[in-house]
Amino acid sequence: MNFVVCIKQVPGTTDIKIDPETNTLVREGVPSVINPFDTYALEEGVRLKERCGGKVTAISMGPPQAEEALRETISLGIDEAILISDRAFAGSDTWATSYVLSKAITKIADYDLIICGRQTLDGDTGQVGPGLSEMLGVPFVAYVSKIEEIKEGYLKVQRMVEEGYETMEMSLPAVITVVKEINVPRLPSLRGSMKAKTAQIPVWTAEDISADTDKAGLTGSPTRVVKIFFPQRTHKSEMLQGSTELQVTQLMEKLEEII
Amino acid sequence: MSIWIDAEKCTGCGSCEPVCPFGLIEVVDDIAQIKEGCNLCGACVDACDYNAIIIEEVEQEVSEGFQGVWVFAEQRSSKLKSVSYELLSEGRKLADKLVSELCAVCLGHNVEGAEGLVAHGADKVYLVDDPALADHQEDYYTGALVDLVRKHKPEILLAGATAMGRSFIPRVASIIYTGLTADCTGLDIDPESKLLLQTRPTFGGNVMATITCQAKRPQMATVRPHVFKRSEPDNGRKGEVIKVDFHKEVVTSRTRLLEFVEDLSERVKLDDAEIIVSGGRGLGKPENFQIIKELAEALGAAMGSSRPPVDDGWISYPHQVGQTGKTVCPKLYVACGISGAVQHLAGMQTSEVIVAINEDPNAPIFEVATYGIVGDLFEVVPMLTDRLKKSRGLT
Repeated sequence: MNFVVCIKQVPGTTDIKIDPETNTLVREGVPSVINPFDTYALEEGVRLKERCGGKVTAISMGPPQAEEALRETISLGIDEAILISDRAFAGSDTWATSYVLSKAITKIADYDLIICGRQTLDGDTGQVGPGLSEMLGVPFVAYVSKIEEIKEGYLKVQRMVEEGYETMEMSLPAVITVVKEINVPRLPSLRGSMKAKTAQIPVWTAEDISADTDKAGLTGSPTRVVKIFFPQRTHKSEMLQGSTELQVTQLMEKLEEII
Repeated sequence: MSIWIDAEKCTGCGSCEPVCPFGLIEVVDDIAQIKEGCNLCGACVDACDYNAIIIEEVEQEVSEGFQGVWVFAEQRSSKLKSVSYELLSEGRKLADKLVSELCAVCLGHNVEGAEGLVAHGADKVYLVDDPALADHQEDYYTGALVDLVRKHKPEILLAGATAMGRSFIPRVASIIYTGLTADCTGLDIDPESKLLLQTRPTFGGNVMATITCQAKRPQMATVRPHVFKRSEPDNGRKGEVIKVDFHKEVVTSRTRLLEFVEDLSERVKLDDAEIIVSGGRGLGKPENFQIIKELAEALGAAMGSSRPPVDDGWISYPHQVGQTGKTVCPKLYVACGISGAVQHLAGMQTSEVIVAINEDPNAPIFEVATYGIVGDLFEVVPMLTDRLKKSRGLT
């Protein structure tokens, strides 16, 4: 069976700092990483390949430097990585991103299951997976925490919802998004790292995947960011003073008013 | 749609550099250059005194004939979810600003209180009642909602950013080819353009972005539960409940729900809790959640957690509050040993009263706390539990 994992290169958010003078994000020195939620998708892709045989491919739409993230996937057991990159894709929102990925996957043609992370660390939308499934016209299930059964043309999974979990079945090919409960991603193997160094990462442009550039990038994106600002904290905090006992006594008084 | 620098006008003064929220402008050889990643927010255009930065917007034709604000009223096991009422209360404000009607769309089977949606602000309720819609069969939901949208053409469509909303609403937007903004925390109408202003946290809550959908309709957004307050029902309100037939046979169903297992052991009830006591990394080890549990019991509270204890397996995921967990808005939130990473704050900072107990006086949690205690939580928390038990006659 053939598996495709969609990934994104993101800034490691925990390292993001705001310059207090200019009130802007400090990007310099912030390392780029594979979106942490995507590492579970990559691991599941590799595990499924180990279980069912076949091939697992990683793809990413992004600027040329996203090649670095794709190279890393090879060290984690991915067989082939493809970068989808074109100036015409810059500024794509989730609709346009879904469109471009769907065109790339259509070019790959021979696939059984597409796996995405639940959301990205920077955008946090989680909309590309479901959007992609509709553009490909294949089944979709979000928040998968366990693959129960997979065979030619058939998939049964467990997925997490607020109140518990649901068991779902579907035909293949399909798209799923996975949560971190699904597995523990492996570390790069020595052999994998060697392979990653020399791996060829093909770059597919809009023309290569026959993407209509009117539907990609900013032109194809229905949404626009019109304003960016930093949340202001205007909150007044009262720090309680004195000995621990005194502080607890004061807190008790405050709590009595509320509860 | 693009941004470019007019090299003849640019003086290389650099006044655009610091205003870019993403630090993507750099002056090289006396000319400003814009790096990859620009989302055309326009901050630099306003800052340039020489009109040297140009954003070229391709005029898109606005889809015509779309009117009214719609709210997707989500249910589970035939009971409407709280977020449905929260959205109606916010949707009412938007509809009033647009002088248009507010409609609720409810898909399900024998849903209790669907008529009550009128009392909560709806002018019309589209009720699609069919046994096939009783469970969360998302293919049916997608098909039914796309049909209704195509037929009635709402200008705005809001849904809860629940597991189901986040899963099937993007499919609806994908089919219709319109914009969808995830996880909004603020909604408003631009007084001039009448566009829906959709504000959401991004970069893990570090940055807020306001997003619009210029030309495609409906303008779609998902909203996290508990971000907006539900309003009191007005039983005198008049409205219409319109029953819509569901034609199962015309919808392609590719997935099948076999079983829904309610996780009773993990029943956490964070969503509806009036008081929440949460523990963080400061607890040091899993056994120490016991003192959080005892305080929660004394307060009649639900128990929450920040992300690190969940990641380390000290407590299960349904307890997680924050960006990738639950958003909560209780009357009282007690944070014990939680430093207050932005991701955690994003999930609890709208709580009415926040009490923070932490040994580090510089912990960011104190910036959002109503009352802060700098101290050893292993001393403070049990003492507080004790006092509460005594005052409530629990010992």
